[in-house]
Amino acid sequence: MEFVQNLPFISILVSLFAGPVCLLLKGKKAKYVNLFVIISVGIMQLFVLLHALKLKEAYTYSMGHYPAPWGNEIRIGILEASMALFFTIILLLSMLAGIREREKDIDSEKQNLYYVMTNLLLCSLMALVYTNDIFNAYVFVEINTIAACGLIMIREKGRTILAATRYMIMNLLGSGLFLLGICFLYDLTGHLLMSNIKEQVAILNVTGEYHMPLLVAIVLLAVGLAIKSALYPFHSWVPDAYGYSTVSSAAILSSLVSKGYIFLLIKIFYRVVGFDIIASSKVIDVLFVFGVAGMLMGSINAIKEKDIRRMIAFSSVAQIGYIYMGFGLGTVAGMVASVYRIVFHAATKSLLFVAASGLIDASGNDKHITSLKGAGYRNKTAGVAFTVGALSMIGFPLLSGFISKILFAGAAWETDTKMMVTLVALAISTILNAMYFMRTVITIYTPMKTPEVKEKGYAKIKFSEETLKNITLIGFIVLNVLLGVCSEPVVDLIEKGLAMFG
Amino acid sequence: MSKKIPSDIYEKTFSFRFKRWLDGTKDPFIDVIETKPQTISEEELERKEQYKKEKEERIKNLYTVGGSRRVKRFNKLYTFFCVAFCVFLVAMLLVAVSNLPAYGEATNPANNEVAKRYIEEGLKETGSVNIVTGMILDYRAFDTLGESHVLFIATAAVLILLAKTSDKTEEATGENDRIYEPKNDVILQTAARLLVPPIIIFGAYVVLCGHLGPGGGFSGGAIIGAGLILYLNAFDFKKTERFFTAKTYKVLSISALGCYCLAKSYSFYTGANHIHSIIPLGTAGDILSSGLILILNICVGVVVAGTMYTFYVMFRKGGY
Repeated sequence: MEFVQNLPFISILVSLFAGPVCLLLKGKKAKYVNLFVIISVGIMQLFVLLHALKLKEAYTYSMGHYPAPWGNEIRIGILEASMALFFTIILLLSMLAGIREREKDIDSEKQNLYYVMTNLLLCSLMALVYTNDIFNAYVFVEINTIAACGLIMIREKGRTILAATRYMIMNLLGSGLFLLGICFLYDLTGHLLMSNIKEQVAILNVTGEYHMPLLVAIVLLAVGLAIKSALYPFHSWVPDAYGYSTVSSAAILSSLVSKGYIFLLIKIFYRVVGFDIIASSKVIDVLFVFGVAGMLMGSINAIKEKDIRRMIAFSSVAQIGYIYMGFGLGTVAGMVASVYRIVFHAATKSLLFVAASGLIDASGNDKHITSLKGAGYRNKTAGVAFTVGALSMIGFPLLSGFISKILFAGAAWETDTKMMVTLVALAISTILNAMYFMRTVITIYTPMKTPEVKEKGYAKIKFSEETLKNITLIGFIVLNVLLGVCSEPVVDLIEKGLAMFG
Repeated sequence: MSKKIPSDIYEKTFSFRFKRWLDGTKDPFIDVIETKPQTISEEELERKEQYKKEKEERIKNLYTVGGSRRVKRFNKLYTFFCVAFCVFLVAMLLVAVSNLPAYGEATNPANNEVAKRYIEEGLKETGSVNIVTGMILDYRAFDTLGESHVLFIATAAVLILLAKTSDKTEEATGENDRIYEPKNDVILQTAARLLVPPIIIFGAYVVLCGHLGPGGGFSGGAIIGAGLILYLNAFDFKKTERFFTAKTYKVLSISALGCYCLAKSYSFYTGANHIHSIIPLGTAGDILSSGLILILNICVGVVVAGTMYTFYVMFRKGGY
């Protein structure tokens, strides 16, 4: 075995161990440890991805001396490695962007706890991406949930405690249903390893035995993860959790935590139940309906919202709707479109949250949309970044959102019954997206005509005052344009990865 | 034939006193034990009033709970749908459960080669007489590694929520249980003095013999944690702080988790790379046997005990 094949396991263990270490350190040192861990894990994922591309097939790595159905196991393929790399990049950018806000929002004695949570969150994301064992996935789902809750409530201002409570209740319900689903599956198949469950499920599908409990198990798993990733009717915790937590938390929660669960769901579809069985079942039709409803209702709620952070949060609900709609199409093209949407949304939503925080800073810490008037002139980088993010969300050509919508439309073309609904929903959702995002962009670029401004010009925030945040914003913009312009290799990577997944 | 006793003699007997006590005409403690009615000091009343006011204010500022018609209508619908959904869920799950394989059948899918190897080869491969311990700490050690970090992260989350920071003046507002110290509850203290050492020793026994019989890190750690909590309750923070502070917890849990991580990293690495592990299994049944399991059990025990004790301390007013 080559040494590079050990790297996924080393990255999981390093980030896991860095969690407790940060508890002992002071805030500043913990910050550096955390940055070091994220960067080193990212570099490791890069090597893993290169190796996986060279290898052209997935390999398993057993955690211990015992082979798979007895011991634990992780599995490394192209899709897993590229997702892990991408998640690490987004995590790094989000952590760098929010340093000043974190120092202001969080009690100085509790700074290190933030990094404890982030390290363990990184570890759980890596484990969720790589694991090949469904119970192991559950253990790391638990870590992920508690870490995310900590990231919300550490701000201790405004409604964060309420938001964290809501988050906890909804997410524990989701975890509970997920665990129940695992119990059902174990009872029916006698295995916890994904590959073995898939074999058994295929046999059960042919014989038609235990049809009803199997369906219930799939529904429980899907609903549990749908609640945790904020699919439309279960989204009530989203606006508070994303709207009031500190900037890095909002970016991490919206772009990584929910995506980790969605990736796990894809894994369950492909590696536990089998894509053909899922595609022919009614479960995806239900997901399709909720996805479409989420696309529309999320946007309508966002239009009503006057607080910019909460508006972006509601937009997340709409985007999660897109992803589930892609699952609901039941075709490989739909899955590719959904995975691309995950990548696009993770890159764009964190960009929007960070840019919005820059605009809010330039407007005297007021999140209300009317007070953001002229903010694009006061903080130029944030203004440009927000505009890019908003255009990408709407689906402006050359940006990643455009490619994503094209992929969805192309996927819808292949299905017969769901084509019209998907296309109409895409069109309406695009218009709704444009309504609230363009409104915000126009507001931030509306010149202020007060006498003060006419005399002295805008009270600008200079680039050098917020160097780190501005650099990360530029990084996010570059990422977004790259995903849009060079979409072909990315889509190719996703297609290859999904083919390797099954 | 019963004999009639004169009333002055009868009044001195035990049965007369018992009868009066039963009727409630006499309180046995009057003139025997010094009693004083509880009084609530004015300060305390004031503080209560103030606290109540502050709480209302806070709720009003934070959550604008409107009593509008829409909200009321929504609440009614909400209740209805809640009940309907729960009934549906219960019915669905009951039907699904009734369709599951019957409990305990030999032909069930769960009785497959996985369980067979655990039972038949478990002792030989892990060296642990207790198969369950062998399973969770050797076959599926990665899960347990995650589980012990769940405990750790739960404590960290509680620390975020409740840890006392210097700018909060809890002691000034009386939101602190330490003002009731030193305690001097003789019954509790005597009982604790007798009970705590056996409890902790028993906990240590359960941890150390986890691979030989029922027990292990999780249960033993919980017993030790309970012993510590009893000790803290009977005596005061000053006594427990001689040996257990926040710093102790941090150092202990981090070294335990680090030890676990390192030990398991070694065995994962050697296992995946097919390198022979140098850790001897020993003779089954000995206390020093079954390879890493004993060390891992101790690590888990330390983490669990620390977590329980820290939870208890954090949820008291005043904190570490």
